[in-house]
Amino acid sequence: MKYLHLIARNLLRKKVRTVFTLLSVLVAFVLFGYLSAINMAFRMGVDLTGADRLLVIHKVSLIQSLPQSYEGRIAAIAGVRDVAHASWFGGVYQEPSNFFAQMAVEPERYLRLYPEFLLPEDQKKAWLADRTGAVVGRQTASRFGWKLQDRIPIQGTFYRKRDGGRTWEFTIDGIYEGKEKGTDTTQFLFHYDYLDEARQLDQGSVGWYIVRVADPERAPEIGRKIDAAFANSSAETKTTTEKAFAQSFANQVGNIGAIIQAIVIAVFFTLLLVAGNTMAQAVRERTGELAVLKTVGFSGGKVMGLVLAESLLLVGLGGGIGLALAWGLTSLGDPTGGFLPIFFMPAKDLVVGAALIVALGLVSGAVPAVRAMRLAIADALRRG
Amino acid sequence: MLRSIAQAGVVTLLNLRSMGQRLGASMAAALGVAGVVGVFVAVLSIGEGFRATLVKTGAPDAVVVFRGGTDTEMNSILGLEQTRIIADAPGVRRGADGALASAELFVVVDVPKRSTGTEANVPLRGVQPPAFAVHDRVRIVEGRRFETGRNEIIVGAAAARQFAGLDLGSSLGWGGNKWTVVGVFEAAGTIAESEVWCDAGVLQPAYRRGESFQSVYVRLESPDAFSRFKDALTADPRLDVRVIRESEYWEEQSRMLRGVVQGLGSLVATLMGIGAVFGALNTMYSAVAARTREIATLRALGFGGAAVVVSVLAESLLLSLLGGATGGSIAYLAFNGYQTSTMNWQSFSQVAFAFRVTPALILQGIGASILMGLVGGVFPAIRAARLPIATALREL
Repeated sequence: MKYLHLIARNLLRKKVRTVFTLLSVLVAFVLFGYLSAINMAFRMGVDLTGADRLLVIHKVSLIQSLPQSYEGRIAAIAGVRDVAHASWFGGVYQEPSNFFAQMAVEPERYLRLYPEFLLPEDQKKAWLADRTGAVVGRQTASRFGWKLQDRIPIQGTFYRKRDGGRTWEFTIDGIYEGKEKGTDTTQFLFHYDYLDEARQLDQGSVGWYIVRVADPERAPEIGRKIDAAFANSSAETKTTTEKAFAQSFANQVGNIGAIIQAIVIAVFFTLLLVAGNTMAQAVRERTGELAVLKTVGFSGGKVMGLVLAESLLLVGLGGGIGLALAWGLTSLGDPTGGFLPIFFMPAKDLVVGAALIVALGLVSGAVPAVRAMRLAIADALRRG
Repeated sequence: MLRSIAQAGVVTLLNLRSMGQRLGASMAAALGVAGVVGVFVAVLSIGEGFRATLVKTGAPDAVVVFRGGTDTEMNSILGLEQTRIIADAPGVRRGADGALASAELFVVVDVPKRSTGTEANVPLRGVQPPAFAVHDRVRIVEGRRFETGRNEIIVGAAAARQFAGLDLGSSLGWGGNKWTVVGVFEAAGTIAESEVWCDAGVLQPAYRRGESFQSVYVRLESPDAFSRFKDALTADPRLDVRVIRESEYWEEQSRMLRGVVQGLGSLVATLMGIGAVFGALNTMYSAVAARTREIATLRALGFGGAAVVVSVLAESLLLSLLGGATGGSIAYLAFNGYQTSTMNWQSFSQVAFAFRVTPALILQGIGASILMGLVGGVFPAIRAARLPIATALREL
């Protein structure tokens, strides 16, 4: 500790260089934060899915609908604790680029299956009583500046009203929050009854079922039972765990995410290399001074420690601020304007970041530090 | 005036010749810039390639008709009667076999990706006989066309490459039927190559679509016939349709993925650019510091401050241009033509495409490198010009 002043003086020797090195380390770690959030986004929240939830979709593909009558039959299967259905609405709010998921659901059942959607009790009551009511996640609500009781017109694409109208009006009865940081708060949920009674076609059909099983261990077995129950019917099913479903979506997006990440990793290390090089250079320039320190009695180990501490301090300061900044910036939402619903930096990556900071400080300090330790006083003084 | 230009030239040359002595730091700065430009170009080439595949799909006289209010083929539905009215509309080109109009169905089927073995939504398109005249770039390269009324499919070349089990002669079970692959087709790199085609008449019962279709693809007599065709359809009380040029339709379809890629790409490139500017600033400040005595000597000899500024800026620009060119080339070599497939979010179906590093992208990247060079050089240059001569000579 008593050498802190010396270390600080060394860092402030060339203020401009220290500041720029600090800033480039800082930028590198902001980038690291975004990398971790991008990774999260492209994994489609695979890590966040409920282990006890299964999704039942049409065997041919997600876009084919299933009969509503399956609900009772699924509920009767042993090991199924709860079941709800949802239907993709696919409407357009003002213009197609304003994309967000709209789903027709049975409110109570759906909320029961997704306890991570937190809806105040009075708003829930209002929604249940209002046939054309809807609730929307916080992220989408703030994206469009919606408030409670706003009337939101949405253009149906495949669903038309029976009177031929395309515009479906909804009242925002509630805004739900996510229980955890990664909870998807972009969804727009409304009454299935409103859809089913008013639409022209497809009455009595739903998009998919969500099933909660009593024992997650037995989920695969129950999934097989559900599929067996509808085998050879006009609409066969495919049941997967929510995790497998999210995974398959992530796979469909393919290696684009992986490529973007590889690029960002390359960038991160390039920035570190540049910063490390500057720090090493800063020590090289002071060879003469280090020799003087040794002359006045500092041991080789102590000089090495001083140099290492200097680089750790610099990187720690820059990296620490960078990580904190990244944490804040990524929680502001994704940089693509709502295309990536899950975008945040998971806490475990803060730890990884901290470890990287220490590693960078040690590595970029190591070479000059060892040189400083081995420095032969006479040689160094002659050179300086 | 002329004298100061000559001065600047001499000092710049002197400066550039001495760059070898500062090789490590110079290379580090160039590397930083190379990284930025490489990233910038590589990420944007994803969006560029995706767009190219979609946009070049539409010929100028190609038009597609959906149900009104729909934004993708996937969501549309058209009755048999409506598709006939559309085919008979004015402006539609007519060949020996009748109107160049193909009413089509569009569904997705699960096929495993070759690279990962995981299931992906591959588009399966049911078409009518005129389809081969409407989509006139489609050419069978292996096998033959499917026969009307049979459970036969032909597979786009890109789909055959990206997905497993779509080889000639193999058979697949979709929608309760067995399908045999009888041909592979190419379509000049357009989106059709990501698709699997069959007879619409066979697909309708297999997917319980009755007599309905989803879209009608039409070729017009000329690109100018578009408004006549569109007006006739929109005025017809029996129809409620959306008429759009194919090129515009595919442009719309590529918007979401490009949004994601551009959003992320610009963010990463901006952050990285800031980092690289700091790196360049550091390099140039130390370059100026190392040459303090030299610069002071030059000033004492009568060289002007402007000449010194120009020389420092020139060094910084040279380094960043070198970095920019390297980064652009690496991105080109590593990513141009890289084949992959991803989900088109608008229709939940797979599109196979290749990354495209276009000259415009490389130019943008080099433009960015010049900007970084200027920002990274200008402050150190000003400092160099302002050095008080007497104290600087005494230094070191």
